[in-house]
Amino acid sequence: MMDYSNKIKEIAKKLLEEKTVDSVIGFKKGTLPMMTMPILINEPGKTDDLYWDSFCNMNLANYLPKRAEKVGIFAKGCDSRNIVNHIVENQIKREQLHIIGIPCEGMLDKRKIRALLGEKELKEVSESKTSVTLKGEGFEETIEKKDYLQDNCKTCLHRNPVIYDELLGDLLAENQGPDPYDDVEQIEKIGSGERWDFFQGLIKNCIRCYACRNACPLCYCPTCFVDESDPQWVGKSDDSVDTMTFHLLRAYHCAGRCTDCGACEQACPMDINVRLFTRKLNKDALKLYGWEAGLKLDERPPLDTYRPDDYDEFIR
Amino acid sequence: MTDKMIKKDQFMGFLHKLKNDYNVFIPAKEDDNFYNFTALGEKETFDFDYKNTRLSPKSFALPQSEKMFEFSLNKSDKDANILREAASDSSNTAIVGIRPCDANAFKVINANFDNPEFRDPWWTKHRDSLTLIGLGCNEPDSTCFCTSAGGGPFDEKGLDILLFDLDEHILIRPITKKGGKLLETADINQEADSSLKQKADEVKAASEKKISSHVATDKLKSKNALELFNASFWDDIAFSCINCGTCTFLCPTCWCFDIQDEVNYDQGDRIRNWDSCMFPLFTLHASGHNPRPEKVQRVRQRFMHKLKYYVDKYDNGIACVGCGRCVKYCPVNIDIREVIRLMNE
Repeated sequence: MMDYSNKIKEIAKKLLEEKTVDSVIGFKKGTLPMMTMPILINEPGKTDDLYWDSFCNMNLANYLPKRAEKVGIFAKGCDSRNIVNHIVENQIKREQLHIIGIPCEGMLDKRKIRALLGEKELKEVSESKTSVTLKGEGFEETIEKKDYLQDNCKTCLHRNPVIYDELLGDLLAENQGPDPYDDVEQIEKIGSGERWDFFQGLIKNCIRCYACRNACPLCYCPTCFVDESDPQWVGKSDDSVDTMTFHLLRAYHCAGRCTDCGACEQACPMDINVRLFTRKLNKDALKLYGWEAGLKLDERPPLDTYRPDDYDEFIR
Repeated sequence: MTDKMIKKDQFMGFLHKLKNDYNVFIPAKEDDNFYNFTALGEKETFDFDYKNTRLSPKSFALPQSEKMFEFSLNKSDKDANILREAASDSSNTAIVGIRPCDANAFKVINANFDNPEFRDPWWTKHRDSLTLIGLGCNEPDSTCFCTSAGGGPFDEKGLDILLFDLDEHILIRPITKKGGKLLETADINQEADSSLKQKADEVKAASEKKISSHVATDKLKSKNALELFNASFWDDIAFSCINCGTCTFLCPTCWCFDIQDEVNYDQGDRIRNWDSCMFPLFTLHASGHNPRPEKVQRVRQRFMHKLKYYVDKYDNGIACVGCGRCVKYCPVNIDIREVIRLMNE
């Protein structure tokens, strides 16, 4: 994916020079290995800052709401699905966007690589098509990318962007299963008491920093329910009831909207697998409504529609 | 007070002995992939190779949530509507293995919570109960910039005791009376020999040389606050920010808090919680007006507070100890070293 960097610079420069767009949103190389920074470029002379590698974990669709200008945006499969969400939910207009789709072979999970290295400090990371070499004081280790992908990338069924104005590279063959909800089914199988304990254990380290929420393109509410003070819906302390309330309500607010991009997990400073909350709802949306979020521009998500001819009697 | 020594294989014995008189906390991993300070039990062992804890130890004196008062709204109670101070534990606690930067952070916060104008009783009570036993950093990370932030890998100023990890031996340096008392309690009385002291000096000097990250802060004090406030770089710095609380909550020196009343039927608690200048609610007025409605204003506030307002107000250096946590864990790589560079230019 490294070879995308040069093409990205060229495309952005052209778009800005030809005034196809007013600004471009992409990634910049981070100041540390495995880190990248979302950036906004609005001058053709500054496009050299743009960069791409397998650590572009954040979802750039997060930076679109409220933008007034015409924007070029680089989009992986998941980012593109969140762009569709934004268009359907009126957060940005299709005609405001020039989407450069990037077929994505999966992003690497910096949490897994940190766990592998333990207290050894990573000073340099370089990647080839299938492997990554990690270097630091007194060690050099090459790992297979497939073993260190983000969990959501392992089960991703939409690696190709679903909406784009131009495409970078060739479309990839999409994964055909296995059923990506094995882990959810495991949790469904355990009894309710044990399941409650499981989820309590999952959030035991949560510090309520809201990185998961804020990294999420779905969370664009002008005021999140946890930030309401009049009335106040949820306590602000580290009481586990309040922490759980935040996670459960946030997850439910994402039902039928989550694209499983994994930005929440990559943003979490406490390594919490927050996707386990949203994935159950993604599964339900799929099983109950045959719905995967962010694939269709002309259909509203199942949980924000009402049809007088709905086949379920209870809702009519 | 003179330097003491023990053999490394006696260190756990020393810690367990301390438990007679102190609550003892050491960095431990539990079932996570990172270290945090954990009460010493039977299964924990001290890992001298640990780098630092994911969360800073500030919570020992400034817990994320602390019940300050209790109250009753039941009019038939004789103390209805009167705040009663909540009971809290301030028994002797030893934090073993705290890094010098994090100990220095207690000094930074102290300037705000214990000064001639204000004295925060909760902070001071907790702080006084702590004995900080630091572990010098033999192998600082490339994100460590303590020497640019008024400290160093073996800096003593925030500590009661400093430990030097010298292969088979630990050199134990009492720094304050409190530290000396702890060593007496634990019968640590073998004097360090001169060769070990020399080795300690060498390790310290070598470590200081290993600090590869340097940022200049010399011009911050003389800069015009309004010019910095209106500088053009804030928009660029703030673009990627997602306004989460990772930097502020992991930071050992971010001390801002919010006080909330939580009421269950007619019984209530007044609780002090960590707050973050990254959150819109932080500055929301009761009128509905928010003086910092956009993220750029909130991002600017965090850096201006640490690197300009604090510097001007307390003349105590910057309110950053160079621990590198925000550098490592900011999900969008906002690197405070780069911000310092821009502000100090």
